[in-house]
Amino acid sequence: MGSTVAEGVAQGAGAAPSTVRASRLTRRGRQRYNRREAIAGYLFISPWIVGFLIFTAGAMIWSLVIAFSDYSLATGEMRPVGTRNFENLIEDPRVATSLANTLFYAVMAVPLEIVFALGLAMLLSRLGRGSGIFRTIYYLPKMTPAVATAAVFFLLLNGNTGAINQGLAAIGIEGPQWLIDPAWVKPSIVLMSMWAVSGTMVIFLAALKNVPRELYEVSSIDGAGPVRQFVSITLPMISPALFFNTIVLSIAAFQTFDQAYLLFWRDQNNAAPEASLFYAVYLFQQAFRQFNFGFASAMAWLMFVIIMIVTAIQMRFGNRFVYYEGGR
Amino acid sequence: MSAVNMPEAITAATRKPDEISGMEKRSSAWRRGGMPASRFRAGKVVLWVLVIGFALLFMYPFAWLVAASLKPRGQVFDNRLVPETFVWSNYADVWDQLPLLSWLFNSVSIALLAAGAVAISSTMVAFGFAQFRFPGRGVLFGLVLATMMLPGAVTMVPVYLIWKEVGLLGTWAPLWAFNLFGSAFYIFLQRQFLLGLPRELFEAARMDGASYWRIFWRIVMPLSIPSFIIVFLFEFQASWNNLQAALIYLNAGSVEEFTAPLGIAYAMTRYSPTAGGQGDYQYVMVASLLVTLPMLVLFAFGQRYFIEGIATTGRKG
Repeated sequence: MGSTVAEGVAQGAGAAPSTVRASRLTRRGRQRYNRREAIAGYLFISPWIVGFLIFTAGAMIWSLVIAFSDYSLATGEMRPVGTRNFENLIEDPRVATSLANTLFYAVMAVPLEIVFALGLAMLLSRLGRGSGIFRTIYYLPKMTPAVATAAVFFLLLNGNTGAINQGLAAIGIEGPQWLIDPAWVKPSIVLMSMWAVSGTMVIFLAALKNVPRELYEVSSIDGAGPVRQFVSITLPMISPALFFNTIVLSIAAFQTFDQAYLLFWRDQNNAAPEASLFYAVYLFQQAFRQFNFGFASAMAWLMFVIIMIVTAIQMRFGNRFVYYEGGR
Repeated sequence: MSAVNMPEAITAATRKPDEISGMEKRSSAWRRGGMPASRFRAGKVVLWVLVIGFALLFMYPFAWLVAASLKPRGQVFDNRLVPETFVWSNYADVWDQLPLLSWLFNSVSIALLAAGAVAISSTMVAFGFAQFRFPGRGVLFGLVLATMMLPGAVTMVPVYLIWKEVGLLGTWAPLWAFNLFGSAFYIFLQRQFLLGLPRELFEAARMDGASYWRIFWRIVMPLSIPSFIIVFLFEFQASWNNLQAALIYLNAGSVEEFTAPLGIAYAMTRYSPTAGGQGDYQYVMVASLLVTLPMLVLFAFGQRYFIEGIATTGRKG
């Protein structure tokens, strides 16, 4: 009894001074911690630590082991096969096809999405009072589940009766067979991603809003036109958002799955154009249709490495032109 | 690792976190300076034409979806925005054609579990990172951010095997239970918010003899409701849309056990014209509309939170 009271008092009295102490550095330069507080801190983050150990670190190690093994789902047996899965990756022409398709799509989709989203954001930012309602309208596609989007665009993109080609016909253009012609399969998915580009737009809107208005006023007194202002003021000021959106959209493009799967690979009894075979789709098929877990894991690691390389390149390049207000 | 440095850099570039919702306020005033009135007015007209034109483009698929859901069997593929004949009974028949009610029930339940679990666990973890001092905090938080870079494909197979090992394949658990352990992006989001709360608040509560656990439920939770809602809505939407996990974990089961996205994918195959003539695709349209509506309602009520959350993403990195 006595000891708990003493502890309570010590704890109560100690709370404030101890935190002051904790923030001070000892002579050795190492921070000292309040033991009670530290333990409580670990307890609060413990759900994440457990999840990380199981679902991230553990899963990654296991994935790596599987990538170098032959795994039989039926028996749960795992046999080390060295680098055979990776050799199979190189030998399988569909891996190369899906990789090329995905890269081609990313190179086409990301710049278009960036330009379109930025254009929309600039329109809205100039609108003034009425922009709220339009922002809402532009955002609605982003709220639409991918299945619904795919179900609708499946009809809109129909080469003969679809609204898109009929609209093109009205202005004298003969539209392509979007969903059949291998050359137009990926542009049709780009089109769908453009429809739902508003997440990117909202980030640009927030960035544009933070550009100091005085910069434009001063520069227009100096005689700078709209183009000059865009290049010399807007672009540098929103470059962090530009940089961020490019990286996020690129990573997302590499992992494109839903639209390609729903439009082309949903039905296993039907042939789909190879041009629509995205990397993530092929990976999924290998993993959960063929249950080639070793092969699929090897594919996943290849994807991870490619994403890391591309992101690293973008970061290196980005650091050169991204302007951080107030330095880094 | 540069992925870890990026957030601070981007945060530094845009300083005011709380003004996002009022973004329309900064209007076009700056454009007016020095421009002749006629040119200004012409520019304004072009601007409005473009803005309204894009709005129509964005709305067109929705209008089309509504129209197609009301068309009779043979006319779904006709490109006609107003149906020739309105078949209201599509909305009654769809429930017999597809186990839509089960799908919606499954999806709502899973989304609620997923969103509730991740919002509470992420707030907890974020509180730990934001307001406690302990050795290794910086490194561990760096790890949290680093996990955001990991593509889901890398852990897809082992995570499936984990659920198989613990005998939970065929249940809902693989679709939401990992959310009990927090999620990197949401932990980051909540931590940003909790960092803004003064430490004195917690110290005062400690002096009054409140335990950390009590502080969490009585002070942190109520105060973090705005960001809690953002996390909840984001995850609800993500779960509602999640096709791939449903394909992995529910596809082998009976049709009644599907979630809404998996169900619609199934319906697309069943009714699509390539799988046996001009099928009853109008039912796919009705189902798509019914799956989209909850999201639109969610957005109608939570728009502020969605926009704020997305804009915060941009500052995050």
